[in-house]
Amino acid sequence: MLSKVEVKQITVISGKGGTGKTTITAALAHLAQNTVFADCDVDAADLHILLKPSIQETYSFLAGQSYQIDNTKCTDCGKCRDLCRYDAISSEHVIDPIACEGCGLCYNLCPDVITETNKEAGKYFISKTYFEAMMVHAKLNIAEDNSGKLVSMVRKKAREIAIKNNNEYILLDGPPGTGCPVNAAIVGVNLALVVTEPTLSGIHDLERILAVAKHFGITSAVVINKFDINEENTALIEEICKKQNINCLEKIPYDKIMVESLIAEQSIISFAPEHLISKLIKNIWEQIK
Amino acid sequence: MKIAVASGKGGTGKTLVSTNLFSVLKDSAFLDCDVEEPNGHIFLKPNETKIIPVDVKTPVVDEAKCSHCGKCAQVCNFNAILSAKQKVLVFPELCHSCGSCSYFCPENAISEQSREIGNIKVDTNKHIYTGRLNIGEPMAPPVIKLLKNCITKNYKDIVLDAPPGTSCPVVETIAGVDYVVLVTEATPFGLNDLKLAVEVVKKTNIPVGVVVNKTFEEETLIAKYCESENIPVLLNIPHDNWIASEYSKGNLITSNEEYKNMFIKLREDIQNDLKGRSLC
Repeated sequence: MLSKVEVKQITVISGKGGTGKTTITAALAHLAQNTVFADCDVDAADLHILLKPSIQETYSFLAGQSYQIDNTKCTDCGKCRDLCRYDAISSEHVIDPIACEGCGLCYNLCPDVITETNKEAGKYFISKTYFEAMMVHAKLNIAEDNSGKLVSMVRKKAREIAIKNNNEYILLDGPPGTGCPVNAAIVGVNLALVVTEPTLSGIHDLERILAVAKHFGITSAVVINKFDINEENTALIEEICKKQNINCLEKIPYDKIMVESLIAEQSIISFAPEHLISKLIKNIWEQIK
Repeated sequence: MKIAVASGKGGTGKTLVSTNLFSVLKDSAFLDCDVEEPNGHIFLKPNETKIIPVDVKTPVVDEAKCSHCGKCAQVCNFNAILSAKQKVLVFPELCHSCGSCSYFCPENAISEQSREIGNIKVDTNKHIYTGRLNIGEPMAPPVIKLLKNCITKNYKDIVLDAPPGTSCPVVETIAGVDYVVLVTEATPFGLNDLKLAVEVVKKTNIPVGVVVNKTFEEETLIAKYCESENIPVLLNIPHDNWIASEYSKGNLITSNEEYKNMFIKLREDIQNDLKGRSLC
């Protein structure tokens, strides 16, 4: 916190999944110069499919502890089982790694019988995209918790790189939802770019995610994707934005070309640079950069 | 039978499948376990008459008894309690309610207090249960756990709408169900996230089948993968502007007889898949 270097951080979020967060992030990535990219959707990351990073450095993400009972020493007093609030200890003295939250109560109770191991909960990578920009991404191990911590780790690395290389921006692809990884992905950023769609589910989730951003004091701007699938709902979204004093930056029409570019594993900007949607996304970048 | 509908990737049509499947079942319950962004209610339009708060326990320190020995902070693996020289600080959002601090406090200075992190709303006539995590709260699993424990009646079927992703809220949702339906879309994103979701389900040994949503022409991308993994493709839902339009308005698609029969058949195919497995 000693020196504050000006790196502008923009997180693309949506609340609801599948509204076009990652396709829009990838498109913006093809427009943004002097930018570090960070995929904060650590449990179902997809940005790498379009940015095709080659991994330069791999780090182990250590988070939490796992515990094992040494059956040769256990006296079967049952105390650890009674006190475990996650019902993670079986009558055969086996600790279920999925039910266990890693609180360590059992270990502190019985340190001579129970051993503690630091757990690798995932990995994170520093990579170069196929167009030679820096990218930080991660893979949380299946069924792990601590996704918020891994997001913070990804962001920390991205920031270090941006400061070292004198980059102007960090562009972050956020996770869906409103819980811990989302909180970790938006805390302290300059802008939350919210991608929504004109469905009732999209609107419901938009309102919740705008409340989360507000809760953390983050400025939001909205992009309505597939706006023409229900223009009444689109008008409703514009009204919500207006009421909350949030900029509605662009409306993107539904077009099969988005799916086609995805199947070709290309961003719309490289797949169809002259297409209307490419132009609209360029316009978004001009407004937020 | 307890059927969880999950996906890995968000927005593939989980809620479309779970709500429409539920709408063709009898004597059944619907549990919206996507507590960060519950959407089932938009389509099922419940009349929620019962509200159950979701409370978690967090420590309260009696400063008069506290000797500032620091034991509580030492045993807390989540950094949720900090022992300073003059005062003990508690960070409720980080607390996992494990009870270590109160158990190990040598002065008996720590008690536990309930804190509301969300709620469950119930339509007791239509048997629709919706969990909601409060804005700004990080931990969904306690809400999902209580939501699942709410079910005391013997339903013929229970449909659980899972959150997206592969981490703890998904695991909490699918724990103990009889079958998992994974909904995906026929794109590289859909396939990538389907593979992750399959890994999660494999860890639990629960039988799994796939529904491919928004398919164009002959779908092969997902079908090939499923074949190699020996996972049945239960259903291909065609790309249909009518579905997109009905969905955007918050309507079920079982008003269309053809789609209604499609979901009735989905339920039968799940049953058949389970039967086939038990014969092996």
